[in-house]
Amino acid sequence: MLWHYAFVQQAVLAGVITAVLAGCVGPIVAARNMSFAVHGLGEVGFTGAAGALLLSLPPAVGLLAASFCAAAVIGTLGVRLRERDIATGSVLAFGVGLGVLFLTLSPRYLTEAYAILFGSILAVSREDVVRSAVVGGIALLALAAVYRPLRFASIDPEVAEARGVPTRFLSIIFLLILALTVSEAVQVVGVLLILTLLIVPAGAARRLTAHPGLTVAYSVLIALTSALGGIVCAVYTSWPVSFFVSAISFTAYLSARLVGPMLAGASAARASSHTVRA
Amino acid sequence: MTAERPPVRLESAGLRLGGRTLWEGVSLTVPRGEFLVVLGPNGAGKTSLLRVLLGLQRLTQGQVQIDGHPPTRGSAEIGYVPQQRAFDPEVPLRGRDLVAFGFDGHRWGFSPRFRAASAEPVEGMLSLVGASGYADVPIGQLSGGEQQRLRVAQALVGNPRLLLCDEPLLSLDPPSQQAIVQLIADWARRRNATVIFVTHDVNPLRAVASRVLLLAAGRWAVGPVEQVLTTETLSRLYGAPVEVLQVQGRVVVLGAELGGHEPVTALPVRDR
Repeated sequence: MLWHYAFVQQAVLAGVITAVLAGCVGPIVAARNMSFAVHGLGEVGFTGAAGALLLSLPPAVGLLAASFCAAAVIGTLGVRLRERDIATGSVLAFGVGLGVLFLTLSPRYLTEAYAILFGSILAVSREDVVRSAVVGGIALLALAAVYRPLRFASIDPEVAEARGVPTRFLSIIFLLILALTVSEAVQVVGVLLILTLLIVPAGAARRLTAHPGLTVAYSVLIALTSALGGIVCAVYTSWPVSFFVSAISFTAYLSARLVGPMLAGASAARASSHTVRA
Repeated sequence: MTAERPPVRLESAGLRLGGRTLWEGVSLTVPRGEFLVVLGPNGAGKTSLLRVLLGLQRLTQGQVQIDGHPPTRGSAEIGYVPQQRAFDPEVPLRGRDLVAFGFDGHRWGFSPRFRAASAEPVEGMLSLVGASGYADVPIGQLSGGEQQRLRVAQALVGNPRLLLCDEPLLSLDPPSQQAIVQLIADWARRRNATVIFVTHDVNPLRAVASRVLLLAAGRWAVGPVEQVLTTETLSRLYGAPVEVLQVQGRVVVLGAELGGHEPVTALPVRDR
């Protein structure tokens, strides 16, 4: 069995940690409409990883440092990361340009570029897994500590502020958690495909239920299935992990879009039977 | 028993935002159990007044006291009902979850099973506002009136003694407006609670309003509806001829942006 190979065990461990984290963070990303921020942090991470390579440091460390610092700067300056925002887009584009230069100047750049852009879960080392567990653990603990007010502030910001929830502080904390999550997800699926773990499972989950707890549970489940399924499929074929991860999560999303309206229809019918019009 | 301090007291209060004086010299005591309606055109600083009371905005002159103390952010004594706004139909949130936000949403940590949504105070509030029947429906699928009933439950679930409402009737149809006003007024009467209700249209509130605070063009006036909403008072406040008419029991203001005649499709400019 392939399971006996250390590289497969390490890949599975890293995949589980990443999927659990991404699955928990995803619903908040969706509620706050932050897909662009996810992408932006990934791109900054790419530049960081490429810079680290040039300095002969581990790219994963450069990626983590760059996206974490970017999140801290963005959060404290209160910059809103929106697709419409030309300034943010320009900075990100230049960042990626710099990353390309760094990569080209570093030795073995093709392998490394591929790993950063498309993921390298089957090549993670023991140290990578340990770092992944530490980073993932910190992010999950932080998320657990702020989860309830964070959800309040994300879905109902006006009332949350009136109730004294520190919305500004929470958005900084969440950006930092997001940066950690992005750096984990890049390891599995690469910079170009992080949305497949950070947005797609949550997007599917919210089609299936309006129950906040179940949304998180489904999101984690879909992220886990995608990550582990992707690893297993890739081990038995020669196709890339990222392809399978994105294919599985996309299938889950499509299925949820098909099944969701039926579930919603059923619940609406149930409710309208005893709805008192206000 | 000590003499009770008034729920809200403003002393020569003034607010300047972005180089513009919204209002100044406002001195006002709101006694317990009062239902104060705050009227005024867009940008008159009505929402800002609520933000001052919530401790989210500092006065630029004068003093404000809530129960004899300066306002504190997140006071459990204050409930807040916002404007109705459209939720994303997909947002994973049921009616009961919205109410649960008002119950414990501000507390740190997390509850793995989201128990607050079915906690006893939440169930009690859902039934008080008549929302038990649709408490499990995704919020985005509810009508504006249903959403506002849930908003009222959300604001009341913490048992506040002062309720601040910021245009909660906007974009609701007249029967829903009346239902929301009645819910709030009944609750306030039972609890002897104080209500400060910001609105564009005084008409749905005429039966329940104790007094009206009118903010317009940097000036203000306070008193019973029939004393404040007069041709004389409004003309003086606006510094221009304004006509107040009674048409079929409704107050209609001509020549100034105020009252029930303006189209509710025009959303107010949020003055933050």
